[in-house]
Amino acid sequence: MELTLNHFLFVSGALFAIGLAGVLVRRNLLIIFMCLELMLAAANLTLVAFSRYHLVDGQPAYDAHVLLFFIITVAAAEVAVGLAIIVALFRSKETTDVTQVSTMKY
Amino acid sequence: MDPNTMAWSVLLLPLLVAAAILLGLKRWSGVSALVSTGSALLTLIFCILLASGGEAAVETKSYPWISIGDRPSGEEIQAGNFNPHPGEALHIGIGFTIDGLSRGMMLIVTSIGFLVHLFSLGYMKDDKGKSRYFAGLSLFLFSMTGIVLADNFVMMFVFWELVGVSSYILIGHWYDKASAADAAKKAFLVNRIGDFGFMAGILLVWILTGSIYFDEIAKAVGGVGNAQLLNIAVLCVFCGAVGKSAQVPLHVWLPDAMEGPTPVSALIHAATMVAAGVFMLARVSFLIDAAEFAAHTIVWVGAITALLAALMALQQNDIKRVLAYSTLSQLGYMVMAQGVGHGGSDAGMFHLYTHAFFKALLFLGSGAVIYACHHEQDIWKMGGLKKKLPITFWTFALGTAALIAVPFTSGFWSKEAILEAALHEKLHGPYAIAILVAFLTPFYMTRLVLVAFFGKPRTKDADHAHEVGPVMWVPLALLAFLAVFSAYGFVSGPLLARGHADIGHLFGHFGLTAILSLVGLVVGVGAAIYFYKGRDQDPISIPLFRDKFKIDELYLGLVHLFQDAVAKGMDFADRYLVDPLVARFPAMTALAAGSVFRVFNVGNVQTYAFFFGVAAVGVILYLVL
Repeated sequence: MELTLNHFLFVSGALFAIGLAGVLVRRNLLIIFMCLELMLAAANLTLVAFSRYHLVDGQPAYDAHVLLFFIITVAAAEVAVGLAIIVALFRSKETTDVTQVSTMKY
Repeated sequence: MDPNTMAWSVLLLPLLVAAAILLGLKRWSGVSALVSTGSALLTLIFCILLASGGEAAVETKSYPWISIGDRPSGEEIQAGNFNPHPGEALHIGIGFTIDGLSRGMMLIVTSIGFLVHLFSLGYMKDDKGKSRYFAGLSLFLFSMTGIVLADNFVMMFVFWELVGVSSYILIGHWYDKASAADAAKKAFLVNRIGDFGFMAGILLVWILTGSIYFDEIAKAVGGVGNAQLLNIAVLCVFCGAVGKSAQVPLHVWLPDAMEGPTPVSALIHAATMVAAGVFMLARVSFLIDAAEFAAHTIVWVGAITALLAALMALQQNDIKRVLAYSTLSQLGYMVMAQGVGHGGSDAGMFHLYTHAFFKALLFLGSGAVIYACHHEQDIWKMGGLKKKLPITFWTFALGTAALIAVPFTSGFWSKEAILEAALHEKLHGPYAIAILVAFLTPFYMTRLVLVAFFGKPRTKDADHAHEVGPVMWVPLALLAFLAVFSAYGFVSGPLLARGHADIGHLFGHFGLTAILSLVGLVVGVGAAIYFYKGRDQDPISIPLFRDKFKIDELYLGLVHLFQDAVAKGMDFADRYLVDPLVARFPAMTALAAGSVFRVFNVGNVQTYAFFFGVAAVGVILYLVL
């Protein structure tokens, strides 16, 4: 069986759905954060897959592969900021339970 | 120098001085005063040179300012058609009329202006706003020159407003005094009413004749068919004179304007600015001659003003207010003369000319008295000043003599001229009123002199008064000379054609007018001596005259009435229209929208993420399907 674009899209869709479900239902902030990263990975996979199967002059286009490295770099930076926020939150609230952090309302 | 350049110099020099003082010299008040006085002397010299031209009109250049549409062509003017397209073409320029009328008026303005500057050097010596004061005087001279020399209505109107501004500045010179600030405001507002009429009048004249230039209007006015509209136009123009020359019913600002420094009262509110209305009427005498009804109205307004003001003057106790009401009364004479026609206009200008000198003298004299008595203005707190201030007394007495028309003084000749013109035109009602005023004037002036200068000093200030310095009494002496002799040929120069002392004529036509005014003089002076000699308080009390016929109160009531009605309307609109529509409706909308959206703000991050996800799915579905 040959791998087609649909296979990749299916896997990335599944990853995204799993990530989204994790974000919505888990209470631990760290897990939610990991799930967010999962969704990002899913998006990246889609990007690379589309790029790989997009033929230019009979050859696959590799542009998005380059772009991907930038995305991963930015994501790493984002993770650093996000983890710092979580640490700061834990220091002040003594918890990583997201339901305990609900003062931002009317 | 040719007359045109000279006229420009006379106009612009005071403006330059005013600007220089306000922009730079302000800190050195002594320098400002000297520069301003020097410029006044220079303009006086220019005007004397200008006046040597006599009656002859000089061709001058007019600089275009606003130009819309075509001017009538040379052929059309030749054919007597000055206004081929009424209401279509408008041409406004800045230019001068240099003829006998403006030469004479300029001579009055600059000579009295210079003497008042000189007097002010003494009177305002220690004033902290001295620079501002002299800048105001210079600004006034600039504006007044503009009115006098203007060759068209619009330019005159512009300068007309400028004298209003300078008058406002000078009345309110002591603006930290509430009464002075109020008086300045009142003068400005009351003049606004008259000026509105003036503006409407200018527009009407332009519609009727197609021009705003005096010489062109004079040629075109004969061809105006619509007599009714012409009458209305002239009455509107007259409104401007009613405001500026303080005629009934807009006379209320002038007595209050006495809050300003006394030299200002002498220059602006006695000799020149208030006479601008009369001058303007004289300038457009051809219009008044063409509008019979308007002319009659002018005669009656002038006569009524003369009478009412004389009655009010009978019971005033403030030395400056007595003089202010007497100014009103004399302005009434002049305005009346403007409506008489056939030489009346010249007689009015003649009276303006003589009055300017003797009334400026009286005001400056009262200024010297007030200065000597440490700013006391109540005549009942003076007394016995004859011995303390001999020069002031004698000059004041000469001014009074001219004002009450003692024979052979200048005032006698000019008043005679007006009365005779009125009698000649068979205007018996106004003539009778004018004769009655000729009885009242000697009475109240003699009362003033008796109470202030004779008897015993009634207060310490009056007792300790001593003669003012030469910088103040020299102008008084010069003016006293002019007050007595200005009607004679060797002084009156360019105004000779308009009226002068004619002794031969007096004895040739020693008629009703001369007899009646002599009787009025004797009776008035006699009665005043009988009632007021040796009194320490007023033996006569007529509350109606003292309260100025309650006209101020009437106006105040009217203003309240209208203002309250307008305020009530505004209040209603504010409460029931603006409030709900502008304030409450948007507030309610925002609140309602807020209460809908606050439902979503639960505070849980995951709920927000869920909403976000649902919305994203929704958007995708919408775009795809």
